[in-house]
Amino acid sequence: MKRGSHPGCRPALGCCQGPRRDQLQLLHSPRGSVVRWRGQSCDSQQDALLAGIGVLTQDTLWCFSQVKGTIEIGATEADIISTVEFNHTGELLATGDKGGRVVIFQREQESKNQVHRRGEYNVYSTFQSHEPEFDYLKSLEIEEKINKIRWLPQQNAAYFLLSTNDKTVKLWKVSERDKRPEGYNLKDEEGRLRDPATITTLRVPVLRPMDLMVEATPRRVFANAHTYHINSISVNSDYETYMSADDLRINLWNFEITNQSFNIVDIKPANMEELTEVITAAEFHPHHCNSFVYSSSKGTIRLCDMRASALCDRHSKFFEEPEDPSNRSFFSEIISSISDVKFSHSGRYIMTRDYLTVKVWDLNMENRPIETYQVHDYLRSKLCSLYENDCIFDKFECVWNGSDSVIMTGSYNNFFRMFDRNTKRDVTLEASRENSKPRAILKPRKVCVGGKRRKDEISVDSLDFSKKILHTAWHPSENIIAVAATNNLYIFQDKVN
Amino acid sequence: MGTMFARGLKRKSAEDGEDVEGGLAGAQAMPSYSLQRQSLLDMSLVKLQLCHMLVEPNLCRSVLIANTVRQIQEEMAQDGTWRVVAPQAAGRAPLDRLVSTDILCRSVREQEGERPAPDAGDGHTPDLVPGLATVPSAQALRNPQSSLWEVDSSRENRGGFQKSLDQIFETLENKTSGSVEELFADVDSSYYDLDAVLTGMVGSTQSGHGSGLQAFSPATAAPPSSSCRSDLGELDHAVEILVET
Repeated sequence: MKRGSHPGCRPALGCCQGPRRDQLQLLHSPRGSVVRWRGQSCDSQQDALLAGIGVLTQDTLWCFSQVKGTIEIGATEADIISTVEFNHTGELLATGDKGGRVVIFQREQESKNQVHRRGEYNVYSTFQSHEPEFDYLKSLEIEEKINKIRWLPQQNAAYFLLSTNDKTVKLWKVSERDKRPEGYNLKDEEGRLRDPATITTLRVPVLRPMDLMVEATPRRVFANAHTYHINSISVNSDYETYMSADDLRINLWNFEITNQSFNIVDIKPANMEELTEVITAAEFHPHHCNSFVYSSSKGTIRLCDMRASALCDRHSKFFEEPEDPSNRSFFSEIISSISDVKFSHSGRYIMTRDYLTVKVWDLNMENRPIETYQVHDYLRSKLCSLYENDCIFDKFECVWNGSDSVIMTGSYNNFFRMFDRNTKRDVTLEASRENSKPRAILKPRKVCVGGKRRKDEISVDSLDFSKKILHTAWHPSENIIAVAATNNLYIFQDKVN
Repeated sequence: MGTMFARGLKRKSAEDGEDVEGGLAGAQAMPSYSLQRQSLLDMSLVKLQLCHMLVEPNLCRSVLIANTVRQIQEEMAQDGTWRVVAPQAAGRAPLDRLVSTDILCRSVREQEGERPAPDAGDGHTPDLVPGLATVPSAQALRNPQSSLWEVDSSRENRGGFQKSLDQIFETLENKTSGSVEELFADVDSSYYDLDAVLTGMVGSTQSGHGSGLQAFSPATAAPPSSSCRSDLGELDHAVEILVET
């Protein structure tokens, strides 16, 4: 490790600070660098060893921070988390669940007393966003499950977010109230009307402090615009419009107008018998308010420009990787179906997730991705069983870190994977109660594919396919991640100084 | 897995009075490609049928399954092994023949040695894939087995692709004319057709849990069935009321 090359390095002093200042020292000398123990011992030898390795390899070490949700195994289906999203500053973390509820966590202010602990996330607001509905025309239930939450950038003291179920998008305002007016003329303190005869003076009501109350109010309801199930919403960079995408159509909305939306993409065939492809995800470009992408069930991504025409049926760019004929099977199409598409923060790349891989595409190169990462290739030989139990249709999401250098996605057995685009290293971590000691470093996990299974490895046949991590989120600027494991929300942070 | 397969075949042969046991015993529990492909087809059709029962079918899933069905049928048509499924048998068939079709997950290169060639020639040698020690015996059985299979099921036509497609999908639609694509119609009044529900129930409650799954948790396989059962309970109730009046 070169002097001055890793975080915490202070070459002028002749030594560096490792992840835990009181434990490790990385000393530079003309003969090379060495890690030295110093000061108090760590919680466990293993933590110390991992910390040492982390320093040497520049890998981020992830530690458990918090877990939200009930512990008991028989949690109701309504508690299953269906979406997770940080707001633009990372101060708030929102989750939606199958029961139509939204829970928002707020990061506490960092206290100077506890420098080793970053601010924790505590419940800030909980509200029922969507209720189950019944479509009388089709005699079908409309689920209240929250499919997506997207935050609006903050423009005043209140917070705004969009939440959507299969059919209806809602704009919610979350605001704080910590003062209340007192001293009304016509009403007494309990709100009862005063007898006018007793009013002898006039006074101006004053605002007095009260216990903090966080209110969530629905400000807009965008309904009746989608025949099919909404899978994505995306706020435009103009902050005036947003889009909602269902299986066959994408609509553009203005935040102020709820009774109209513009249809910008429509792939419904005239004859439904010819339907072979659906829209699976869509997102606006982070900087160019005229550009957006949408992905399909055939593994293609289309970049569209709204300036070209009102109906963006013709794409500006078409991203598709040619199929590898040697890998073709009856499941090829299914596993190529893209479950999530995300622009990088820079806007230069898009990342897509299909069943077995995550791919990074350069917007300037349409014929193949620039990077492909295997998430769980050991499942390739199990596709038939996964088809049988429907797991092959699981829709995993993927996320970028704040600097677009690391990408993360989920897998089965409560595993999630991170890929460092620069070092090309990857790690598998697990969200489980067993690793839930405060600030415990997460140990990398490994799946054994065949042959001899090492002590800490888990074999493919032992994986629990009911424990799937579909939804994860990464703080916009720090190494804090939120991982949804069924009805529990895990928050992990990198090891602090 | 192989035992399951052998058992299933024996049951079938007992019903039809055909003796396939001798031929099968040599296979050492390695089902042929065409058999497994048929099994995958049956499984897919059952899944499509299940779509009727859900709250509102997941369109993406339905499209992907339907595309898989089309792929299989196109391949079978090319092979000349396409056959008609008698409507009554469609419900029962998956139970008997739902075998592990892991072989289908393997790449085309690995499978080339096993697929029935259109001209039914026995000429080319299969690639020897590690772990496929029984390929030679499967190879030897390929043709006689497929022809036996066809005799077993007492199927009549092997041509008429479009017609047989319609016949299969008719069991899903339960007498509404047209193809599987009607599953994607915006309004489908056959959702609560009692016959469709009951037929689907027979298929859905018992399929999908073959031996190939024992290594895996049932995962969320439960929800569709459970909502089916509750649907069936309500429908039963409704029918009772109607019948009594």
